[in-house]
Amino acid sequence: MADKLHFELVSPEKLLKSADVDMVVVPGTEGDFGVLPLHAPVVSTLRTGIIEVHNDDETERLLVAGGFAEVNSEGLTILAEVAMPLGAVDRSSYEANLKDLQEDIQDAKDEETRARAEKARDQILSILEVLDQEAA
Amino acid sequence: MANLKDLRNRISSVESTRKITKAMQMVSASKLRKAQEAAEAARPYAERMEKVLSSLASSMKGQQGGPKLLAGTGSDQKQLIVVATSERGLCGGFNTNIVKAAKVKIAALIAEGKDVQIVTIGKKGAAVLKREYSGRMIQHFDMSHVKNVAFSDATPIAEHFIEMYKAGDFDVCTLFFAKFVNVLTQEVTPLQLIPASIDEDNSVDLGGACYDYEPDENEILEELLPRNVGVQLFRALLENAASEQGSRMTAMDNATRNAGEMIDSLRTTYNRTRQAVITNELIEIISGAEAL
Repeated sequence: MADKLHFELVSPEKLLKSADVDMVVVPGTEGDFGVLPLHAPVVSTLRTGIIEVHNDDETERLLVAGGFAEVNSEGLTILAEVAMPLGAVDRSSYEANLKDLQEDIQDAKDEETRARAEKARDQILSILEVLDQEAA
Repeated sequence: MANLKDLRNRISSVESTRKITKAMQMVSASKLRKAQEAAEAARPYAERMEKVLSSLASSMKGQQGGPKLLAGTGSDQKQLIVVATSERGLCGGFNTNIVKAAKVKIAALIAEGKDVQIVTIGKKGAAVLKREYSGRMIQHFDMSHVKNVAFSDATPIAEHFIEMYKAGDFDVCTLFFAKFVNVLTQEVTPLQLIPASIDEDNSVDLGGACYDYEPDENEILEELLPRNVGVQLFRALLENAASEQGSRMTAMDNATRNAGEMIDSLRTTYNRTRQAVITNELIEIISGAEAL
């Protein structure tokens, strides 16, 4: 059967990538794992991190935050909340967002809005952390 | 006989109406393309999500318990109806159709003796439903500040529903929205948001193999189900946005054509009247001259 792995990356807004590749390294909540063709079926949640897509001799790196990965006989599907190529990430916009959210948390009138803003802030913090690691 | 000045005023007023409807038609045509693209771009995610969910659900089948968002509360007494409509009018039968379908469902549920509560998204539907069911409407979500629906607009609403569900405020939640088929057709669709409606045929055949779950089944379902509500709602809102623009485009196209026809017939009347007036004046002058 397949000597390539069918890989799909989707975010709520669009289908980001659909291609046949050699291997994908997925940042699961319980640790990174590599998916090769004919991998056993797995469902895993994702943490904020970098997906590495290996194809031939090229490696593509994409930032993801939150979501799921599913492996079945048809291939690997990643449903991410946030996903974009590492090159397209605009760090300054995240920093600006972070500032807004921190203000939101301070101004929040009820528990619900505060919890929501805090959740969004944590996600951005985790993204920034990953970006820091990348830069180092 | 209508007087000439009145006719002239009418013609110019209908002409400016036609200009407005024409402009609105063109605006919604361009907005439609954007909305349609957004709706189509969101489809893969929702479809994959459904697939993953139905695979999970079929592997969970037969087990007792499971998350409430999937299994339901075991009752259907308290019903929540969510009606998603547009923020703006002048879009043909779009809002009316959604509200009509929702009303039929609400009336049927009330007749069955269920407790029905209504939540509206978009003010046009809210205004109509308020007339009949003002006592049952518990909340309204204002979307007027949203130009292009983003996932982050849908999630707070979905989270709110989930909190209500956890608090036991309702057992079943059904969402009414218009599915975009094409520019001419929009289908009002009831969608059961909670508990998740799952099509079991949709699942991928694993050939006897079992999924490995990381961390574990329950934790994944617990994360996936709330997200599924958000995704379904997001998708519905996008479909709604596209339908609204499509419906408005058709309605405005009709209005423009009608205005054109009206102008033609008014012009004919105007010209006839003008000629009649001239003839009349001539007759008066001639008969006056003859009388001398």
